[in-house]
Amino acid sequence: MSEQRKPDIRPGRLTAEAYAEHFADIAPPLTEAQAVLEASRCLYCYDAPCMQACPTRIDVPSFIKRIAEDNVRGAAEAILEANPLGGFCARDCPTEVLCEQVCVRNTQQGRPVAIGQLQRFAVDRLMASADNQIFERAPASGRRVAVVGAGPAGLACAHALARSGHSVMLYDAGPKPGGLNEYGVAAYKTVDDYAQREIEWLLGIGGITLECGWALTRAEQLERLRREHDAVFLGLGLADTHELRTTGESLDGVVDAVEFIGTLRQATDRATVPVGRRVVVIGGGMTAVDAAVQSKLLGAERVDMVYRRGPEQMSASLEEQELARIRGVSIHYWLAPVELLGEGGSVRAVRFARQRLAAGRLVADGEECILEADMVLKAIGQRLGNPVLTQCGLALRDGRIAVDACGRTSVAGVWAGGDCIAEGQDLTVDAVAQGLRAARDIDLLLRNPKNPWRD
Amino acid sequence: MARLDIEFCGIRSPNPFWLASAPPTDKAYNVERAFEAGWGGVVWKTLAEAGPPLVNVNGPRYGALLAVDRSLIGFNNIELITDRDLDTNLEEIAAVKRRWPDRAVIVSIMVPCQEESWKAILARVEDTGCDGIELNFGCPHGMSERGMGSAVGQVPEYITMVTGWCKHYTRLPVIVKLTPNVTDIRYPARAAKAGGADAVSLINTVNSIMGVDLETLTMTPAVGGQGTHGGYCGPAVRPIALNMVAEIARDPQTAGIPISGIGGIGSWRDALEFIALGAGSVQVCTAAMVFGFKIVQDMANGLAAYLGAKGLASVAELRGRALPSVTDWSHLDLNRVSKAVIDQDKCIQCGRCHIACEDTAHQAITSTRNGRRYFEVKDEECVGCNLCVNVCPVPACITLRDLAPGEVDRRTGRVVSAARLDWTGHPNNPLRTTV
Repeated sequence: MSEQRKPDIRPGRLTAEAYAEHFADIAPPLTEAQAVLEASRCLYCYDAPCMQACPTRIDVPSFIKRIAEDNVRGAAEAILEANPLGGFCARDCPTEVLCEQVCVRNTQQGRPVAIGQLQRFAVDRLMASADNQIFERAPASGRRVAVVGAGPAGLACAHALARSGHSVMLYDAGPKPGGLNEYGVAAYKTVDDYAQREIEWLLGIGGITLECGWALTRAEQLERLRREHDAVFLGLGLADTHELRTTGESLDGVVDAVEFIGTLRQATDRATVPVGRRVVVIGGGMTAVDAAVQSKLLGAERVDMVYRRGPEQMSASLEEQELARIRGVSIHYWLAPVELLGEGGSVRAVRFARQRLAAGRLVADGEECILEADMVLKAIGQRLGNPVLTQCGLALRDGRIAVDACGRTSVAGVWAGGDCIAEGQDLTVDAVAQGLRAARDIDLLLRNPKNPWRD
Repeated sequence: MARLDIEFCGIRSPNPFWLASAPPTDKAYNVERAFEAGWGGVVWKTLAEAGPPLVNVNGPRYGALLAVDRSLIGFNNIELITDRDLDTNLEEIAAVKRRWPDRAVIVSIMVPCQEESWKAILARVEDTGCDGIELNFGCPHGMSERGMGSAVGQVPEYITMVTGWCKHYTRLPVIVKLTPNVTDIRYPARAAKAGGADAVSLINTVNSIMGVDLETLTMTPAVGGQGTHGGYCGPAVRPIALNMVAEIARDPQTAGIPISGIGGIGSWRDALEFIALGAGSVQVCTAAMVFGFKIVQDMANGLAAYLGAKGLASVAELRGRALPSVTDWSHLDLNRVSKAVIDQDKCIQCGRCHIACEDTAHQAITSTRNGRRYFEVKDEECVGCNLCVNVCPVPACITLRDLAPGEVDRRTGRVVSAARLDWTGHPNNPLRTTV
């Protein structure tokens, strides 16, 4: 780096047509003919492995059979009955490691039934129909529940409770509901403002009051929620991200990947989102892949995604890694960041130390390399980062909220689910499952005249 | 190289594949194209007596039963016999036969049940130089309401009578086409033989309604809001046709009568099945209407390859070869015991065999082993019914194994006997005739 040069980070690298093309639907919806033909590949397995692999236990064989039988509304019913966010999950789920991974057609034909695509077909058809509220709210129970966080866990929980007749107060810290569905997932997976359209449908059940811009920042707030409601559900997500803990982290051009993706998702015009000419993404999860791929799509010339372990250890699936490569991302394994190198206050490169496994632990093998960068995106994981929770008396485990098998926290009357709990898998569908699990438990207790924790 | 040519009740044909009397053989244009494609013969679409031509509906005359992938399972029609002028048809038949002397040209006929009507048309048909005639006693729609077609085929006495007239007024071979819309196909076949028929052909189409439009609650296909039953054909009717062919072929009263097999034939395999059960030629319609005439080349290719691989010199050598395997239930060997076997290397673990057996048969297939998904036959419950074989999506994954004499049937605890035992001699049969 002998010559002085300015860091090249700027918006508007592409033509309007290129932006439109790059951020179009990554998996265009099936036509009716395609859906029916694909549905006919389903064998209607006994005790279907796909259903077992789904955290929300969607009855996959039945919904697919209903598509094949020209009962698409019934198909959507089967999906949404098990998972009210089935439309979003159909777009976002890594089906290749869930339902589609265990599809028996893999064994027979080397290709699973396109369960995710079929699910999207059915739910999209329902959503587009005139009378799309398939669920009827039970008579009002007179019970009140507070749900904190309108991400997938909170939304699922609120919807289920409202369906059961309870009155739900739904709070979210952000200006818009949706959590990572709105701010986190890659834009090309959820085009046409799908997250908000789905939320509109979810709230259409009635009985849910949404309040945005409400953050849990003081212990008294939770106390008050507990006093004023019969139950409280926390679906807070993870507010903070991990630090690299290397020198140079405060240099200009070093950006949090979650923030970068959020900015991109909220931009009405992608051309306004700045991206470096050379981008280095540090991390190996879905966020890293989404950040790397979208950097490339925004017109970055070179994108290096760097992970300190091997391809098998990455939490992004092999399919996601393949997607990143196809989109032009270079993936480097076994490299850990040592130092962010700057010039004039801006990041110019990252120095990495090559890693190897010694007795199960990562150790530097002495070799180093430098990757030049105008922009560094940090995607090495998120953390709870809300000191209020411990102040409220909530027990944590592994840095996240500890819950029991029903989603109950250590504080009576408070449940939790989604990424903020210890068993969180960072998947939308897991968050939904945990929200529904808590809702079932809350509903059972609220219906019990001998409410064990209040009376 | 095996020979594909045949002789069928005196009619020679370069291969056993004929186009059945139907829309594909309506006129010279189609028949010329069929012969160019390689068909061995045609049965010209049924002629009516001289006079004003028949009229067809001016709306849907076909309906189909389709699989999800829109492959055709069954087909039906309400088209009548020819709606063309008799003179035109006869002129075209004569011209085509002159141009294609090596091909079989058979003329299908349907006129009212009056001796004069048959006498009049037979002479004119014979003048075309055609190779034979086929009496349409099978058409189940439209014409049957006018006392023709299946209305004749359902009354054995009429069959004998009309066949007799035809044998009297023409020297041409007479093939009687039978309707399957009867309770026992052997009676019309016997009646045809009694009338002197040289051969029978079957099956004609089956009475059918293809479906109901659930929006309009109108049967389909419909013309002006109403429909009528049509004649069903295509792959779905093949098992029905095979049985009827075999019934006639093994009936002592009709055994040996040449049979032209018809019903859902679309490949060389289908054709061979008919021939193995006693057919001497086969007729095709639906498959040609779906894929065009070229399919005959694939059928001929497959037939020749099969005959060659089996070391058979001609089609005739195969005829009826499977017939000895067809018998009455009362002659089935009740001492034979089979058990299903699941090839675990082929099993894809869909569990269809398990749930089918568990819910609807003999609870003879496991679903787990040591807490894991695993499908295995329980010999102590399996009756060898073949249900699992039929519902398994993987070819040859589940097979039936015949227990060897001396082995113990774990379901009954009995040793399998080498001796034959059928119902006629079974101790449980109060009417047993043998000991």
